[in-house]
Amino acid sequence: MIELENVAYSYGGGELLSDVSLKLSPGSFHFLTGPSGSGKTTFLRLCYGQLIATAGQVRLFRKDVRELSRDGVAGIRQRIGVVHQDCQFLDHMSVTENIALPLMVSGRGGGGAAENLVDLIGWVGLTPRANALPAELSGGERQRAALARAVIMSPDILLADEPTGNIDWDMSLRLLKLLIELNRMGKTVLIATHDLNLIRAAKSEVAARVLRISNRRLQLAGSDL
Amino acid sequence: MSALIAPRDKASDRIVPPSGFTVLLTSFTAGAMAFLTVFALALSLATGRLADRWASELAQTSTIRISAPAEQMDAQLRAVERVLQTTPGIASARTLSEEEQRQLLEPWFGPDLPIENLPVPKLVEVIENSEGYDSEGLRQRLAAEAPGAILDDHTRWRKPLVSAADRLRMLGFVAIVLIAASTAAMITLAAQSALAANAQVIGVLRLVGARDSYIAGAFVRRFTLRAFVGAVGGTVLGTLAVALLPDSEVAGNFLTGLGFQGAHWIWPFAIPPLAALVAHLATRNAARRTLRGIA
Repeated sequence: MIELENVAYSYGGGELLSDVSLKLSPGSFHFLTGPSGSGKTTFLRLCYGQLIATAGQVRLFRKDVRELSRDGVAGIRQRIGVVHQDCQFLDHMSVTENIALPLMVSGRGGGGAAENLVDLIGWVGLTPRANALPAELSGGERQRAALARAVIMSPDILLADEPTGNIDWDMSLRLLKLLIELNRMGKTVLIATHDLNLIRAAKSEVAARVLRISNRRLQLAGSDL
Repeated sequence: MSALIAPRDKASDRIVPPSGFTVLLTSFTAGAMAFLTVFALALSLATGRLADRWASELAQTSTIRISAPAEQMDAQLRAVERVLQTTPGIASARTLSEEEQRQLLEPWFGPDLPIENLPVPKLVEVIENSEGYDSEGLRQRLAAEAPGAILDDHTRWRKPLVSAADRLRMLGFVAIVLIAASTAAMITLAAQSALAANAQVIGVLRLVGARDSYIAGAFVRRFTLRAFVGAVGGTVLGTLAVALLPDSEVAGNFLTGLGFQGAHWIWPFAIPPLAALVAHLATRNAARRTLRGIA
């Protein structure tokens, strides 16, 4: 699904990632950890075609990202759900409209989409806030709305970048449970986080593989996790 | 027209934030340019009519003016008529009546001019046939037969006027093209500014899998619609202003009927769709260029 082979990424004269290789298989659950500035976000961006590797090869659904047109990348992104720490909403549109955005841009807003949308908003517990604007939501509500938007297209892969970075522990656990539930539905999940407690909490629920970026390289985390 | 502004679905145009100075600027620019286009169009059409009329009259009519002492006037008039009857290329000739001459002089001397008591020259209107006559030969014959008769074939004063009217018509059309180009430039700048200001919106849309054509389409439709609405307003105001201009009789023929006549009233209706088309093309190009530049 997502394959990185000897990938390096440099920016501003410095190398952020070096010789990174990884294969995300269907239905797997991964954590990506490392200190702030270690390159977790850069790694995720490479995984959904936002950035192009300066060396090595990134294949998304068996397609080399370098050979994809911009429209090709757009097509791939409809199969990869992304949750950002800052959520990235359109501030002038309601929660419901923001969650439905992927349906809208892909032209799949018809049919049973409206019913699925209502179910999804209920699943993330935002039914009472469905018509609110993003600015009116709490941090946890924003993250859940971003998660709903990321999964509305029923993507094969879900990438989350510090999804619990701005929310309290209870809300973090609630969000984690939703991500684990998605994994049990067969979705591949990769969560970038520096919150080791979150990783420990997840490991009691799901067989998660923990990766760490250290000194620009990707490695399996030790048994302390 | 509807193909330019119809969204793919009702909600898709909501992705562009609803307000913004650039959108207002687009409406205002399109409105002002449409207003000016109405006048340029009116000018072109009016000067076109004028040029056609003058050119037509130039090709067909001329005048013989007979200035002679009162006791010789009738004799010289008969001499002129004889000459004209035997000149090839002349379809008809007639002497203007005193009443017609009074009407000609009325704008300068007012009504009730006692023309019969004034030494006013006699005027003979000459209409040539399709072959035309030899004006130089006619002048020589008139000089010999009626020394007070002078042929005025209008060439001297009408040709430059026709030429000026033709150039004015051309200038009107050039002005319309320049207005369209200026509109395109202004809307391009406004669209580029709007796209740059909405980089975050574009980033979100790309994140959720929007193709650039989809993003561009939303911006293009927004600007096209605003330009169309602005152009409708400008066209209506411009057309009203032209309609309220004094007509040619009130203005004493000075303005020669500047404005629209007959079927020409249809032309202003073409301005809003054309403005929308210009806005559509300008915004589409700007959007494609700008989106390519946004990583």
